[in-house]
Parts: sequence; C-alpha cells; structure tokens
Amino acid sequence: MKAFVTVALKKTVLDPQGKAVQAALAKLGHAAIRDVRQGKCFELDLAAGTNPAAARTEVERVAREVLTNPVIEEFSIRWDD
Amino acid sequence: MKIGVVVFPGSNCDHDALHAAGALAGQEAVALWHDSSDLQGVDAVVIPGGFSFGDYLRTGAIARFSPVVDSLKRFAAQGNPVLGICNGFQILCECGLLPGALMRNAGLRYICKPVHIRVDSTDTPFTQAAVPGQILRVPIAHGEGNYTADAATLAELERDHRIVFRYCTPTGAITAEANPNGSVANIAGICNAGRNVVGLMPHPERASEAMLGSADGFVVFRSLIEALAASPR
Repeated sequence: MKAFVTVALKKTVLDPQGKAVQAALAKLGHAAIRDVRQGKCFELDLAAGTNPAAARTEVERVAREVLTNPVIEEFSIRWDD
Repeated sequence: MKIGVVVFPGSNCDHDALHAAGALAGQEAVALWHDSSDLQGVDAVVIPGGFSFGDYLRTGAIARFSPVVDSLKRFAAQGNPVLGICNGFQILCECGLLPGALMRNAGLRYICKPVHIRVDSTDTPFTQAAVPGQILRVPIAHGEGNYTADAATLAELERDHRIVFRYCTPTGAITAEANPNGSVANIAGICNAGRNVVGLMPHPERASEAMLGSADGFVVFRSLIEALAASPR
C-alpha cells in the first residue's frame, strides 16, 4: 500500500517558482496554460499487512504535522492499494 | 556569563557565533550539540545560521525534532534569551517559538550581500543597547528569507511592536527597493510575545568587528551582555 502526499503552497500564498515556470511555458507558446503551482510529492510505502484505517490516520497525521508547514502550505493524499 | 551556540548537522555559522559571543563579547561560549537535551547551564542560547539537515523537507523542518529543541522550548518559556540567526530564525518559526514562516526569496535567488536594517524595537535582550531607529549595516546570506504570516499575526506583531528589525535604505527609509527578499512589511526580524526570543535573517555575528567591514551587528551581543548583567538567573 502506498500513499502519495502532494504538498503545495496555499492558493493565497504567492508561488514565485510556479510563476517562473508559467512565464517560461508562455514563452514557448503554451498560451493556454494560465497558471502553474509548483509543489512536492512524497511517496510513502507502508508495510504489507498494515491496517488500512490505521494507515490512513497515520499518514494524515504525518502529512499535517511533518510534511506540511500549515502557515504557508496545504496537502492532498492519493492512495495506491 | 555563559552563552550556548546550538550545533546541528549542517550548521555553518556556529563558529562565527561562538567567536562573537566568546572572543568579542568576552563571555564563556560553548557549543551545544543538537542531539543532547543538556543546555549545560547556559544563560542564553544562539541558534546559528547554516543548512541544518541540508534544509531537506523545508528549512528548519527536521531540526525542530532534535532533543535540544525541547530543552530550548522550556528554556524560552522560563523567559531566558534565545536568538535565532538566519537558519536559526527558520528553526524558531518551524518549532513554533516564533510565528509565521520563511519562504523562498521573491526573486528566487540565493542572496549574499550587505544590507541595512533598522532597529524598530529596543525592548528585547538583543536590542536594548541600540538606539531606537538605529541603522545597522549587516550581511544577509539566504535563499529562503521571505517572511510571511497571516493577517491576524501581522496585525498583532505591529500592534505589540514585535517587529524588531526591518530592511531599510542607508538612511532608514522602509521602501520596496530596500527589501531584498519580498518579506511582508520589510520584516527582517521579530520577537515572541515574551520578547525574550528573537529571530532575524541578517547575520549580526558576521558584522561584529571592524576587520570584517562592519561592527554594527555587535550591538546585538552587547545588548545581550547588558541584559544578562541586569537580570542574573
């Protein structure tokens, strides 16, 4: 079982890296791409036989308390069973 | 007086801080390894600059789980002086001793150059020997110094005069041009509600003797010595 945690700056926080990527894409002619947000992805591999409910609780806690700085970032989790 | 300088894997300004607090300020300065919770009976703690744990995950994000940080939280809660410089400021924000966060510089570049900062509060143990509004020429050296906080926190910082240093022009004006990294309200340093924990991105320890081009930053250490002498533990 794997969890993919995506962490990105909150929508209300200016993302200069995303802006720079968007500007580069625009220069390359990709005019349809109006906005880019850059973040990071953590791939968490859980031991076989881990209780799914417990795993979800644990991964959510890790995402909230360690992988994200709640002042500026937010996260989402995708599961691959 | 005994001043401790915390050393994490990746700290690289620890010896500059030890030199400023020891040889220059004439105090006993000791290194405190991050993996020990023993603060060795120090009177004040400096968290130096560098790249603790390679700045992986986020700047200061892994350092905050070191045993020394729990001791530091108790030490700070007792009202003792704690100074975070550069990566030390980032660690203080990550561990919750100071509010807000330090993001990637608005210009995306690592910046290493002398800047001017204005002392906007002398009501801290690290600025009490300065004159209100005093302008210091000190270097910055960071890629993530863009201070931000939510509107309520900022309003509280302004109201309680907890913005200790702001980036300014050589004559002390607070302008967008004088702001090197995009920090909100030109914030270069702040303090906690108790005023004993101060964090700043510029490096006063690197500008503490004339030989280094500026001794302006030494007022931070002179303030600390005065503060400790005035209220011994």
